[in-house]
Amino acid sequence: MQSNAGMEYDYSIVKLFLWTTVIFGIVGMLIGVLIAAQLAYPELNYLLGEYGTFSRLRPLHTNVVIYGFTLSAIWASFYYSGQRVLKVSIAESKFLSILIKVHFGLYIIAAAAMVVTLLMGITASKEYAQMEWPLDIVIVLIWVIWGVAMFGLIGIRREKTLYISMWYYIACFLGVAMLYLFNNMALPTYFFSGGLGNIMHSVSMYSGTNDAMVQWWWGHNAVAFVFTVPIIAMIYYFLPKESGQAIYSYKLSLLSFWGLMFVYLWAGGHHLLWSTVPDWVQTMSSVFSIILILPSWGSAINMLLTMKGGWNQLTENPIIKLMVLASTFYMLATLEGPIQAVKSVNAIAHFTDWIPGHVHDGTLGWVAFMAFAAVMHMAPRVFKREIYSKSLLDAQFWLQTVAIVLYFASMWIAGITQGMMWRAVDEYGNLMYSFIDTVSVLHPYYVIRALGGFLYFVGMLMFAYNFYKTATSGRKLETEPQFRSPMA
Amino acid sequence: MFHWLEKNPFFFAVVVFLVIAFAGVVTILPNFSEASQPIKGLKPYTVLELAGKEVYKKDNCLSCHSQLIRPFKSETDRYGQYSLSGEYAYDRPFLWGSKRTGPDLHRVGNYRTTDWHENHMWDPKSVVPDSIMPAYKHQYTNMADIETAYAEAVTVKNIFKTPYGPEIAEGKAAFEKHFKDVVLPEAKMITAGMKKADIKAMVDSGEIPEIVAIIAYMNRLGNKRTQ
Repeated sequence: MQSNAGMEYDYSIVKLFLWTTVIFGIVGMLIGVLIAAQLAYPELNYLLGEYGTFSRLRPLHTNVVIYGFTLSAIWASFYYSGQRVLKVSIAESKFLSILIKVHFGLYIIAAAAMVVTLLMGITASKEYAQMEWPLDIVIVLIWVIWGVAMFGLIGIRREKTLYISMWYYIACFLGVAMLYLFNNMALPTYFFSGGLGNIMHSVSMYSGTNDAMVQWWWGHNAVAFVFTVPIIAMIYYFLPKESGQAIYSYKLSLLSFWGLMFVYLWAGGHHLLWSTVPDWVQTMSSVFSIILILPSWGSAINMLLTMKGGWNQLTENPIIKLMVLASTFYMLATLEGPIQAVKSVNAIAHFTDWIPGHVHDGTLGWVAFMAFAAVMHMAPRVFKREIYSKSLLDAQFWLQTVAIVLYFASMWIAGITQGMMWRAVDEYGNLMYSFIDTVSVLHPYYVIRALGGFLYFVGMLMFAYNFYKTATSGRKLETEPQFRSPMA
Repeated sequence: MFHWLEKNPFFFAVVVFLVIAFAGVVTILPNFSEASQPIKGLKPYTVLELAGKEVYKKDNCLSCHSQLIRPFKSETDRYGQYSLSGEYAYDRPFLWGSKRTGPDLHRVGNYRTTDWHENHMWDPKSVVPDSIMPAYKHQYTNMADIETAYAEAVTVKNIFKTPYGPEIAEGKAAFEKHFKDVVLPEAKMITAGMKKADIKAMVDSGEIPEIVAIIAYMNRLGNKRTQ
């Protein structure tokens, strides 16, 4: 049974994760638009009492888009493409069939608990690892279940050679497991004080500079192993499947994969340049951040060259458009990041809006575009229906592309303006601006950024509608489409 | 070799793990014990200050404020002496932040006063007319969680040997004694510098609102670290 013909795959879990991708996408981006608007119009901080301030909502935004939207898309893609590249159906194993239900159920419970605790201000305060210890335990459990499901599927596979996407999913699993465990090492104070105080509270195992090192070893590599590695896994599967083009170069895949694995972890220290971590760590992280361009661009170029001879599809198929632009934004973000990691540039860029600007190049342009493309490729095959509207998907693509440009252009200007004003001195060497001057000057850029975010959110709503209509009332398909996804 | 690995998932996973774990070991471990040493004379946070730190975390001040003064003249002119690793030795977690939508706070205790904070947290525009910071009025009505802060002090004393005196000990009785003898008088010293009568009244009646705790924490950031 070496061909897909005759294979029936179990998409029950894929459908669930597709829905949560869309729902978390709406929620996470809506909060994002709100907090962006709060910076431009501070009165918006008072919509929800103490729960509605920028400071309380920012971690909610990041956690919902990372662990809600992105992880859902990753898991939908994994359970879809994992079965197909391994040539095995989840339904063939009773154990796996039950396990995936537990996976999804626990995930929803953890997500709900995350939203509630973060709104209440119950937080460990480490970026992208805010959740307190009881939630950490649930998350570790979910992660282990995913690992068991992955290696369970691998164990009963028919196709012996692991496809490139599987390399990246395995790396995602291992990397996040290691980093998350070490970064969240904390002691629940209730159990070490004879039963005093709040049972949710914990204290970090590391202090000060060490805590910072461990945190940004995690923080940076959460970006690596959630926002990069599994997204590359997705594009390696969905781009050839949607376009019908073969991957350009196996050797380039090898170089990019192993290069990325080795180099990425060194770069975490670039979040701590000019801080109190040892100088040699700072220099190493700077150097490795530059080297990181090679494996990053390796993957992106491999993707773009995969389209060689098939570029006409770019004009005809919005899913291809999304993926090609995603690769391009991946190149932009992985060039911009290393530039910011140069110590002299970092002296200006760090602590400014250029940093969230950079993050959103990657997340809006690369991660979310790839997620949209993957969802739209899967939807017709999972629901056995034609995509509801090609023109809506096309309009979404252009609207969101404009939105990203507004976002990063305004944040580039805002960041560099602020960085330069902080250090500006007059002819006598005195600081030229008080801090508040450097805040007031940013107002127009905050307005433009909020507008960009709003347009992106509108695009997300268009996507959600398109997905909903596809799943419920798209034209029924008799046979599974080869390559290009059918759309009305 | 790569072809072989791609057919042997277990060994593939092992090799991937070693390749990614390598950098962490090499960069984090060598300076680990050195980086955990305090500067000379650094005192651990009082329980009230720890409670204030929890308010700082709860309202997530670090999403807009850093506590890291970099070694540039423009920063030392604006905020004071650049930050030293040993100043953070008792910071669990570290609260450096990654974004300065507002100014750095690592030495805010050196140049802001209790009543400035009292006005600022109630209505930031009253002291900085163009401020975009929201008001944190709920800190004037929510009570600080002193017991949890005390539990944290006990934990770090027992496990990490943070140098607290014998008055920090396990159990409810020790906490209640410490609250009455140490925390409440310290809170009254803060309210002595405040204007709001209702806050003073609350502390007099034995309740400590969040604003008192967070001001105690803010005042500590700076020269008071070693005093």
